[in-house]
Amino acid sequence: MSEDRNNSARPASPEEGISRRRTLQTLGLLAGAGAGLLPGPFSGLAHAQAPSGRPIRVGFQVHRTGIGAAYGRWYERTTVAAAKLINETGGIGGRPLEIVAEDDGTDPKRGPEVVEKLARQHKVDFVYGTLFSHVVMASAPRAGELKIPYFVVSEGYHVASGKLNRYVFQPGITDVRAQVTAVASWILDKLGKKVTMIFPDYAFGYDHRDFLSQAVAKRGGTVLEKLAIPPTETSFTKYFARVPAQTEVLYHVMVGPGVLTFVREMGEHFGAKRPQIFGFIDSLEGVDIASPGLDFLEGTYLWEAFPRYAQAPLAPHVQEYRKRVGVNDAGASMADPKDVSTFSHMFGCWETLFAIKQAVEKSGYRDPAPKDYRALIEYLESVKGFPEGIEHPQGAKTFSGRLHQSYGHQYVSRVENRRLKVVHRTRIEDGMYAPEADYTKQSL
Amino acid sequence: MSARAPRRALALHLTVVGLLFLAQFVLPAYHHTNVARIMVLATYAMGYNILLGYTGLMSLGHAMFFAAGMYGAGLPVYYLGFGAPAALAAGVAAGVLLAALFGLLALRASGVSFLIVSLMFAQALYLASLYFNEITLGDQGFIVSDRLAPLRLGDKSLGFHEPALKYNAALVLFAACLMLSLALRASPIGRVLIAIRENEERTRLLGYDSLRYKLLSLVLSGGISAAAGASYALLFSYVGSTFASIQYSIYPLLWTLLGGIGTTLGPLLGTGLMFYLVDVASGITSAYLLLVGAALVVLILWFPQGILGTVRTKWLPWLP
Amino acid sequence: MSFGPHLFLALLEGTVSAFVLALTALGLSLVFGVMRIVNVAHGEFFMLGAVLAWFCSSAVGEPLAGFLVALLAAPLAVGALALAADRWILRRIDYHPESTIVATIGLLYVLQQAVLTLYGPDARPVSPPVYFTIEFPWFGYSGYKLVVAAVSALLLAATWWLLTRTTLGLYMRAAQQDLEMAQALGVPARRIYAIVFALGAMLAATAGVLVVPIQQAHYLMGLDPLLLSFIVVIIGGLGSVKGTLVAAFVVGLSDGVVSVFFSPTLAKIVATLLVVAVLVARPAGLFGAARS
Repeated sequence: MSEDRNNSARPASPEEGISRRRTLQTLGLLAGAGAGLLPGPFSGLAHAQAPSGRPIRVGFQVHRTGIGAAYGRWYERTTVAAAKLINETGGIGGRPLEIVAEDDGTDPKRGPEVVEKLARQHKVDFVYGTLFSHVVMASAPRAGELKIPYFVVSEGYHVASGKLNRYVFQPGITDVRAQVTAVASWILDKLGKKVTMIFPDYAFGYDHRDFLSQAVAKRGGTVLEKLAIPPTETSFTKYFARVPAQTEVLYHVMVGPGVLTFVREMGEHFGAKRPQIFGFIDSLEGVDIASPGLDFLEGTYLWEAFPRYAQAPLAPHVQEYRKRVGVNDAGASMADPKDVSTFSHMFGCWETLFAIKQAVEKSGYRDPAPKDYRALIEYLESVKGFPEGIEHPQGAKTFSGRLHQSYGHQYVSRVENRRLKVVHRTRIEDGMYAPEADYTKQSL
Repeated sequence: MSARAPRRALALHLTVVGLLFLAQFVLPAYHHTNVARIMVLATYAMGYNILLGYTGLMSLGHAMFFAAGMYGAGLPVYYLGFGAPAALAAGVAAGVLLAALFGLLALRASGVSFLIVSLMFAQALYLASLYFNEITLGDQGFIVSDRLAPLRLGDKSLGFHEPALKYNAALVLFAACLMLSLALRASPIGRVLIAIRENEERTRLLGYDSLRYKLLSLVLSGGISAAAGASYALLFSYVGSTFASIQYSIYPLLWTLLGGIGTTLGPLLGTGLMFYLVDVASGITSAYLLLVGAALVVLILWFPQGILGTVRTKWLPWLP
Repeated sequence: MSFGPHLFLALLEGTVSAFVLALTALGLSLVFGVMRIVNVAHGEFFMLGAVLAWFCSSAVGEPLAGFLVALLAAPLAVGALALAADRWILRRIDYHPESTIVATIGLLYVLQQAVLTLYGPDARPVSPPVYFTIEFPWFGYSGYKLVVAAVSALLLAATWWLLTRTTLGLYMRAAQQDLEMAQALGVPARRIYAIVFALGAMLAATAGVLVVPIQQAHYLMGLDPLLLSFIVVIIGGLGSVKGTLVAAFVVGLSDGVVSVFFSPTLAKIVATLLVVAVLVARPAGLFGAARS
């Protein structure tokens, strides 16, 4: 199943994914022979040796089915691509990287069972890859009990909030609190001071509701109305009616299968006399901006973590990243331009795997034993940041050892001619907030 | 049923419990925790079986009892610092109260109506757990383990992360409820319940107040389901709205049907089998639910009484 | 927006969703009423209609043509599937209520997973066959939604005509009232059951086709229509077209209007508890006649 991946940059189709029984070892051994001749973006990675010896096994807790399946698919493709590059350039400390994937069904009951399976049956070194926060909350305690490092790719605030445990890290993706805080200043500066919020009536939405309200209040704006929409809602027109007339900025973060309807009905409702509109690309991950009925988005703004459309001039490492994960200039699959990627989230998988690589190599980790884990965790807690480059193509990160969380740049993009054009990039400090926890004080 | 049957049944049940106890010393690490989970979930299925298997009332809303136990135990630990025994008691109490309230409202309906009422009521409570998210923390949920004090047994203190505590607490819960089911089955009350299942009209004509018996059955069923929910929260640390959703009302139905409706050991068999069916199937295909669905259809076509039910009919009539 | 227009908008929305709901729920109601079984996979027939509509519109390309093809092909395909399910599964378990629930739950899983595998996890849009906005003074409104309401009303009328004016309808109503008597009088019960089950599925699939340009086709989209259909069928009574329509309007309009005043989640809680109250007070539903 994985043989032909060696020959093309085509990403795995949904049916391929990662075969659990096969590893990428073979791939790495074959490709590694050509490493050391790699130019430019790979400086620092070039390794003359093909990876050999006992593999580093990373357990991938993936949402292959359930409500998170659309994200899971791209997470899996990005994971495969990152692992391939790692193995092409010498593996992790000379050892091949092997990904072992298990579907958790985006289910908080199955999540910890999968963690258990990966740790105890497959005997992986680390577990990684969860996105949906309820699954993270259910699974993280088990990882802590099993004392296995658990790398979350979730953008939830749960890691930094201190609610989880010292084995949990989120080095590859920023959290929603930082994202909201960072864009709030720009919104109030450029779009308006009177904000109405529309958000889903569950945890993800509440994070936006709470953090934006705080940030807005701090910068002298007002939140006029907070409209919470039940997650199973399929028709949104009635909510737009409740947007107050004096609204200057409509802030929306709708997610889920109803999102396209949401945007379309927003357009139908407001027509030409609309307030400024700022949304999060979460609403449209995997959805083509040029879809019929989304014309209304023209001229509105969206937060992006990583610009979906290639912005000129494109840095070589971003170009290489895009090629390897198999997206074209519009952020869609090269194999199928109708298959739009979850570009602002999936980079988290790539960067997390490289963070794991760095942590293993720099901490001297060898085996899944308590002292190796301790060394790895203490190393990570000492890391101050990650530089931009092929390992972290989204941008430079600052890392908080005590919060186990990365901080990075956020982007504001404008919809222009049915494409996204970046109009602002925040500084990393724009998203910082007072830390509320300190994992380093916990025992291991 | 001969005079030897009750003793044979008792011996069988004690053997099962004994085997489960011994298993913890030989099971590989991965399966050790799985069996603990299976035992707790099998308890949930046993609770469900009391209502469906013995009394003949099918509910599609039992998640509300499981969730009542879960929140009933989890919230006091999270906000008030309850210890595990008190939390368990609170969880069971919540389930019993909810079942009594629900029973008084809903037991006038029967058959399909009861099914829909249970479904709707559970759905309303699920939505309520989302609505009151300031307290319940909604679908994201909350973690119990870091606030749960270790269990004191004499002068020893056992943390809830200890595998031995998880396994044996689950075993105690399971064994207690199993024996309760067995006792119920053999008792006069149990016989009336089964009579109600077979023919409610006739049972009433015989002078039994079927409503009161059904209420008792529902309260027992709800209480046991809640005990399972409470234990799940305490042993596996997470409480969230997902467990109140309709999926979690379908599971005990599935497990009970698979293992054998109206048999005491059926729920354990069904829960364990389904757990491993999903586990093994998800290694073969990402469409493992397809296998689950197909399994359901196959079972109901050819083994409508479930595995142990069919065994009982064909070979072992003394099986309770 | 001020109160008047807001209410008007809520009523418009409520009317559209009421018609669609009536169409979806009618299938469940007929199956319930005539066959006395609960089809837990009913929502999946709705979902299949929507997904097949997407396939049709991708294959055909032009929105209006694609839509018309879907309107024809999807219900037929889903109807065939339902006939197969009846023949190979339901008949074999002799329409036993509990067994049917289990079997249809199994069918639900199989259908969902099949769609996940063949269609994928994404929610995909389908272009409406006609796209125009009606500009009211206070807001714009999708013209297509009104088309949906009109077509649903037509289909409901057609079904009513079928039930009350044709022999088939007569057989169905007879089987619903008293199966044994009907059989004794020569009603082919087995065939009627198969037809009713297929008809119920086709109605749900048609609703899915109509609705998909407004929503998107997603493999998990069947659950909510199932729950709502249950509510409608309970309130409206088993097997009654009139009751289904009235109940759908009660549910559809009240959901829209109540959400104007209260949080939608709270509105749903209240609606659900109201259903419980109705069922407890009148176990046959508001309009259902007690079966002899």
